[in-house]
Amino acid sequence: MEPSPKPNHGISAYYQTRAEHHAIISGDWLSQAQAAAAAGHPPEGPPASAAASKPFSVIDEFNHWRRKPDLAEAVAAIMALVAGIRSSDATTMMELEIELKKASDALKSWDTTSISLSAGCDLFMRYVTRTSALEYDDFHAAKLRLIERGEKFGEISLKARRTIAMLGQDFIFDGCTILVHGFSRVVLEVLKLAASNRKLFRVFCTEGRPDKTGLRLSKELATLGIPVKLLIDSAVAYAMDEVDMVLVGADGVVESGGIINMMGTYQTALVAHSMNKPVYVAAESYKFARLYPLDQKDLEPALRPIEFGVPIPAGVEIEKSARDYTPPQYLTLLFTDLGVLTPSVVSDELIQLYL
Amino acid sequence: MDNRRPPRTVSDPKVRQVGFVTPGAAPPARYLSEAPTAAAASSPPSGDTGPPAISTSPVMIPPPRHSPSAPLAVPNPARRDSLQIQVGGYNAPEVLLESPPLTSPSSRMDDAVSQFSEDPAMSPCNGRSGAAKVASSFPGSSGEMMVMKAGIVGGGSNTPKSSWTTASVAKTRPGISEKERGAVVGMQNDGAGVSKTLKEKTTKAERRALQEAQRSAKAAAKESGAGVKLSAAPGGAVPANIKQGKVVKPPAQKKDGPQVANPSVSSEKKVVDRPPEKDRKKDVPPPRMQFDDIHRVEKAKRRAVVYQFEAKNRVELFRHLPQYIHGTQLPDLETKFFQLDPMHPSVYKVGLQYLSGNISGGNARCIAMLLAFREAIRDYSTPPEKALVRDLTAKISSYVSFLIECRPLSISMGNAIRFLKNRIAKLPDTMPESEVKSSLQSDIDRFINEKIVIADKVIIRHAVTKIRDGDVLLTYGLSCVVEMLLVYAHEVGKQFRVVIVDSRPKLEGQVLFHRLVAKGINCTYTHVNAISYIMHEVTLVFLGAASVLSNGTVYSRVGTACVAMVANAFRVPVLICCEAYKFHERVQLDSICSNELGDPDVISKVPGRKDLNHLDNRADIENLQLLNLTYDATPSDFVSMIITDYGMLPPSSVPVIVREYRRENLWI
Repeated sequence: MEPSPKPNHGISAYYQTRAEHHAIISGDWLSQAQAAAAAGHPPEGPPASAAASKPFSVIDEFNHWRRKPDLAEAVAAIMALVAGIRSSDATTMMELEIELKKASDALKSWDTTSISLSAGCDLFMRYVTRTSALEYDDFHAAKLRLIERGEKFGEISLKARRTIAMLGQDFIFDGCTILVHGFSRVVLEVLKLAASNRKLFRVFCTEGRPDKTGLRLSKELATLGIPVKLLIDSAVAYAMDEVDMVLVGADGVVESGGIINMMGTYQTALVAHSMNKPVYVAAESYKFARLYPLDQKDLEPALRPIEFGVPIPAGVEIEKSARDYTPPQYLTLLFTDLGVLTPSVVSDELIQLYL
Repeated sequence: MDNRRPPRTVSDPKVRQVGFVTPGAAPPARYLSEAPTAAAASSPPSGDTGPPAISTSPVMIPPPRHSPSAPLAVPNPARRDSLQIQVGGYNAPEVLLESPPLTSPSSRMDDAVSQFSEDPAMSPCNGRSGAAKVASSFPGSSGEMMVMKAGIVGGGSNTPKSSWTTASVAKTRPGISEKERGAVVGMQNDGAGVSKTLKEKTTKAERRALQEAQRSAKAAAKESGAGVKLSAAPGGAVPANIKQGKVVKPPAQKKDGPQVANPSVSSEKKVVDRPPEKDRKKDVPPPRMQFDDIHRVEKAKRRAVVYQFEAKNRVELFRHLPQYIHGTQLPDLETKFFQLDPMHPSVYKVGLQYLSGNISGGNARCIAMLLAFREAIRDYSTPPEKALVRDLTAKISSYVSFLIECRPLSISMGNAIRFLKNRIAKLPDTMPESEVKSSLQSDIDRFINEKIVIADKVIIRHAVTKIRDGDVLLTYGLSCVVEMLLVYAHEVGKQFRVVIVDSRPKLEGQVLFHRLVAKGINCTYTHVNAISYIMHEVTLVFLGAASVLSNGTVYSRVGTACVAMVANAFRVPVLICCEAYKFHERVQLDSICSNELGDPDVISKVPGRKDLNHLDNRADIENLQLLNLTYDATPSDFVSMIITDYGMLPPSSVPVIVREYRRENLWI
């Protein structure tokens, strides 16, 4: 499966998609996208010609699903794999598994920076191998079962968000102030549910450069009628006194119990920890990944172009990493669809799942 | 005597009296209090009812009464009345006025021994656990404790009563020498014999009945394999020795494996309901022998194949650990080589290698031991009229006790032994002997291959992903896994340099240093006292482990905790490389309760520096004790990650692995 539109080196497709979802397009970003398009890589749209020439491309499928703003990355991956099963010619389970493995590897290598993508692929592969161990007389019955399961996974994703929202909104009490960093659909769900349950609280949003997640989130919250205050990223420590809790999402939850999230999460967590404010993470269980970073540099670099509004002089380097790693000792609790967990339980779940 | 015996059900095995116990005060219905009162009045048989010189100190938990003491089936009419009184408890002071007749201690001991043979499985185990229970007692009160334990060791039925009789017999008999050796601590042995016979008297009929019942229950259980062996106890080259040895083998098999953190509780449980406990007991490692109790030590020495001299000047805090004078056993063992019939030569060889220190390191010791067992199994043939499974288990246990005498078991060895016994136990009865042997041999091979050799390879593959170019790696001592990792990382072309931290007296780091330099790796060598000086240059610390315990504590060579602590202070990540078979479900909070004491003389001598001889006459200095610890415990806060063959885990996940992979089959 030959990778069709491979993203620019140095630019993480995952974070680019996020930016698209956030729909805040600045002038610079647009010009960059155009430049990328001009460089001969078609902007991530499933090229019709490619679809015609190749029988099936998992990556195209994946891109197609990924476009949907409400769909999580892992779910999109699984949908793509399911489509792969559907269109596969294999006649035995082993063959199917091998094909799937190839497809999953292709997906993972296409975007090495996305944790939930690889976690989702691993999860589905694990499910497939487990299912094939079951006796299914009819290969087609097994195949159908896999397809059905994969499609159910999409529903699970939405259900997961609702479960997390229900668990999370219990922690929001009347009159509390929540600091939110980054734009997570799960966190938005939590806040929505709390608001609809008539809880009175206010939210501080960090600006979230360079993605400007704060702007988007504040727009959403304002429409829900929740009082919102925007802070620049540097004002987090200044405002931390008034804050009662910090609520963030996660791009991935790693084996140590720490999280990988948008750049700025680590420093927010550090400040909160030093001021004894709880840090809550809302993440679905399919984001659990078998990674174990020791420090910030231990991750796959995920770079994101940053526009400063003015041209940057020649010899100046820019730190372009789009994400950071927050170690587990700064996190208080994780809200997941498996329940409210402490960071050390993540490894327990992973062992049960993968070993 | 119509002293009312307190009903058996009164005693609550789990209840202990803690705190001040006034001897002779109105005793509560539970005979738990009788122990202290009895004990209190024990020492002088002169009828003095005041608190004895050695009484239950406030902080000491009196040993539970119902501990498995031997209700010796041997009746001893002369003792009956005194025993009964003791049983009653209310008249404890009176009872103790009588001094038991000093008839030949040896005959009594013979009785005791025959007791063993009659109820083999029960008594030794119980005895052991009873001893273990009291081990926590202060050395000062060891005299009385010992006698109590002696009675306990007499071992036998489950009756809760047994303990108080023994307790009451806590009389010191100065000057009565042991029967076998006219050696030092004679009184306790004697006390044991006396107490056993005393106890027997009182509750003879009842005890007998109970014993019969339990014996028949036992006969069905596995432990009675020992009994079978005992009944057929043939003369070996050294008959008396062997006989005693065989008597002890079953008890010895309880000793192997890492100790339970709270031996008293487990042994109490054992007493209360034996048959159902059987299976659970197999999972729980038996309590380790505590060396505070001089009597039990003597007893063990009598049975021991390896004769070890106990060191004289020992540190108080570590009295519960065995300490021997090094250098004395080897010649002794060598002379005994051809006399040790039941010992397989390869096991003997491995034992000698442990003694001399030729084989050291968790993996090496475990592999050597398993290979020796493999040889032994290959050469094994079932004696006539014996069940293969039980006999083989008993034989393995005897080998294990021999190895323990050479050097205390490491946790890796303990787990391997449990695996082997598990496999032997799971053998179907109908298998022919040759198949059994080949199956066991292949199991051992598989264990070594999967759990050690391949596990090491997996660990290295994981660990090498954490090494980046330009790293400065620090390691401590000599860990075979870390050495393999560094060599492998160098082979795949990573650019790094190594800092090797070493410590006296073993200086194992020098071996590692030579090996790495020979491979062309850039190395720095320093001693542990420079650790904080060098830590600022270091980017990553790799350490090996003897074991990782269930609370994430890393049990490793002494000095590891210092290195981990300093690394943590400098915010350098600490990675522990440890195979999963070394994990253990016990929890340890400090390095004292379980450790190994090495040869203290090595500390005082610096090789090559004859002018540093200030401590040469230290044996004469009473106030000076030398302590040479082998292991220490590193708290989990200092550990960033544990790399095992199951992947990279946080320290909090160790009990998860133990839970998921020990339960059913996954020893395999």
